Amino acid sequence: MTTDTLQAPPVTEHAPSRRRGLRLPTKMKAGRQHHAGPVAYVLLGIATLVSLFPLYWTLVAASSDNTRITQTPPPFLPGPNLLDNLGKAWQDAALGKAMANSLIVAGAIATATVLFATLAGFAFAKLRFKGRNILLMLVIGTMMVPPQLSVVPLFMMMTDLGWGQKLPAVIFPTLVSAVGVFFMRQYLSDALPDELVEAGRVDGAHSLRIFWSIVLPVARPAMAVLFMITFVHAWNDFFWPFIVLDMTNPTVPVALTQLSAGYVRDQSLIMAGALLGTLPLLAMFVVFGRQIVGGIMQGAVKG
Amino acid sequence: MAPQTSSAAAVEPPLNDKDGSSRPASGLRKSRPPSWRSKLLHRLDVKGAPYAFVVPFFVIFAAFSFYPLLYTAWISLHHVELATMDLMEWIAFDNYVNLVKDERFWNALTNTITIGVLSTVPQLLMALGLAHLLNYRLRGSTFFRVAALTPYATSVGAAALVFTMLFERDFGMINWTLSLVGIDHVDWESNKWAAQTAISTIVIWRWTGYNALLYLAAMQAIPRDRYEAAAIDGASRWQQFLKVTVPGIRPTIVFTIVLSTIGATQLFGEPLIFGQGPNGITGGADNQYQTLGLLLYEEGWKNYQMGRAATVAWAMFLLLVLVFIVQRLLSRWRSARSS
Repeated sequence: MTTDTLQAPPVTEHAPSRRRGLRLPTKMKAGRQHHAGPVAYVLLGIATLVSLFPLYWTLVAASSDNTRITQTPPPFLPGPNLLDNLGKAWQDAALGKAMANSLIVAGAIATATVLFATLAGFAFAKLRFKGRNILLMLVIGTMMVPPQLSVVPLFMMMTDLGWGQKLPAVIFPTLVSAVGVFFMRQYLSDALPDELVEAGRVDGAHSLRIFWSIVLPVARPAMAVLFMITFVHAWNDFFWPFIVLDMTNPTVPVALTQLSAGYVRDQSLIMAGALLGTLPLLAMFVVFGRQIVGGIMQGAVKG
Repeated sequence: MAPQTSSAAAVEPPLNDKDGSSRPASGLRKSRPPSWRSKLLHRLDVKGAPYAFVVPFFVIFAAFSFYPLLYTAWISLHHVELATMDLMEWIAFDNYVNLVKDERFWNALTNTITIGVLSTVPQLLMALGLAHLLNYRLRGSTFFRVAALTPYATSVGAAALVFTMLFERDFGMINWTLSLVGIDHVDWESNKWAAQTAISTIVIWRWTGYNALLYLAAMQAIPRDRYEAAAIDGASRWQQFLKVTVPGIRPTIVFTIVLSTIGATQLFGEPLIFGQGPNGITGGADNQYQTLGLLLYEEGWKNYQMGRAATVAWAMFLLLVLVFIVQRLLSRWRSARSS
C-alpha cells in the first residue's frame, strides 16, 4: 500500500534487467526476463485487490454499526465507530485472554518446532548414519497423516492426563513439524559447508558442540523464517483447539467462533473481533512479509 | 554427565595442539594415551548423535500422531460414549456397518468431494496463473507477493466470518454486486450449490497466493535456455507456458495437489463458521454442506458417540489412501503413455 514497498525493490531488480534487455532483441527474451506488460499489471492489480479487499472490508464493517452495514449499496469507506466496536468485541469475546493464550501456544509451538527441526534437519543434511534415507522418507510420510484422524484418542488421552481445556493439550501434539524438518534440511544442505563441520570434528568438538557453535549461527536466518511460518500456522490452527478447549480458555480462532455463534448479535462487533484476531499476524506480515515470502519459496524448491 | 566431562577433556589436547602448531608431532604423541577412551567416545558420539538429533521428532510424532491413528482404528471397533470414555464395549464392525447404511455419511462424503473439487481445481489453476504473472520482471514485485500471501495470514475464523457477511443474502456485498448485473438475491446458505461455492471461495481465497508462491519458486528454477530453445523453435508464449513451464514445475504441482487434497478431506472450520452456530455443525439445515470433518465432530461431540466418530476418521483415512492410489495409478499411466 505504501509507496515505500512499491519502490524499494525495483532499484536492485531493475538495473541488471535493463542491461540484458539492451543486448537481446525483445522477441528472444525468455522466461523470467520478460518485462511485465500493462495487461500483467492490471491482472496483478485485480489479484491484489481480491486478496486485500476482504480485509479492508473487515475494517469498514468493524468501524460501522448495524444499520450502516445493512444499507444498500453497502458502505465502502470506514465509519466512525471503530474504537467503540473494538472495545466491545474485546470484552464480549474475551479476546484479551484468547490473545494471551494464542501467544503462549503459538510461541511455544514455534520455538519447539524450530529447535527440533534444526536438530533433525542438521542430522539429515550433514551427518552420516545408518537408516538415514529411510528415516527421512518416514518424516516425509508423516506429512500424509492429517491430524484430524487422531483427534478421538487424543481427546481421550488429554482427558486422562487432566489436560482437557488446558493449553498443554493444544501445544504438545503440535510440537514437531515434518515440513519444518524438511525445510531445515534443505537450507543446511546448501548453506552449511561440509568443511565447517569437518573442521569442528578435527578440533575434537562433540556433536552437540558442533551444533551449538557451528550449525546454529549458520541456520539462524532459516530458523527465524521457520519460526514465523510455524507461528502463523499455530496461531490459525482451528480444529483441534476447537475440540479440546472451551470458551472459558480459548485461543483466538476458538474465541472468534463465539462471535459467529449468535452470542453477539451485532454484525459490526463480529467484524471488529475478526479484525482484532487477525491484527497481530497482519502486523507481522507488514514487517516481515518479504522474509516470510522468501521462506515459503525456499521451502518449496526440492533438492 | 560423566561422558560429557571426559569428552570435554579429550577435546582439550588437540585444541592446544593447534595453538602450539610449532611441534604438532609431540602434541599428537602426548594425546595418545587417553586416546582409546576419547576414540570410543568419539565413535559413540559420531554414531549416536545423529539418532539423538532426530529422535525428538519421531518420539513426539509417535506419541501424538501415529499411536492415536492406530488407536483410532481400535476405538472404531467399540461403542464408546463421551461421558464414559473408560467403558469400551467391543462391537466389532457394527460402527462401519452403520456408517455405510447411514445416509448422512454418503452425503458428507459427496459434499467433501464436491467442495474439494470446487475449491482445489480453481485454486490451483488460479495459482498457476498468478505465479506466471509474478514471474515477470515487475516493479514492486515484493509488494505483489506479500499481498498475494496476506490471506494466508488470516485465520479460518476471521476469514469465514468476513465471507459469511460478504455472502449475506439480504445486504451482502456479493449479492449487491450480482444485482448490478441482474442476478437477484442468491441464498448462499440454504441453497446447496451456492453454499458449497461460497465455502469453496473462502478456501480459494486463503490458499491461492500460498500455492502461487510455491509455483513461482519452482518456475524460477527452470533453466532459461529451455525457453530460448522453445522460442527458437517458434513456440508462442502460450506454447512455452504449456511445454516448458508446466512440465518444469510438475513435481511442485503434484506436491500442491497432495497438500490440497489432504486439506480438502479435512475441511471443517469454513463450513462450521459459515453455518453460524448450531447450523454449522450439521452443515446447514439439510446437511447441504456438511463435510466429513463436521460429521466427525457431530458424532463425537454433539451425539457423544466417540466410537462412531473414530469410524468417520478412519473412513477419511481410507478415502485419502484411495485418492493417493488413484493419483499414483494415473501418473504411472501417464508416464507409460508418454514413453
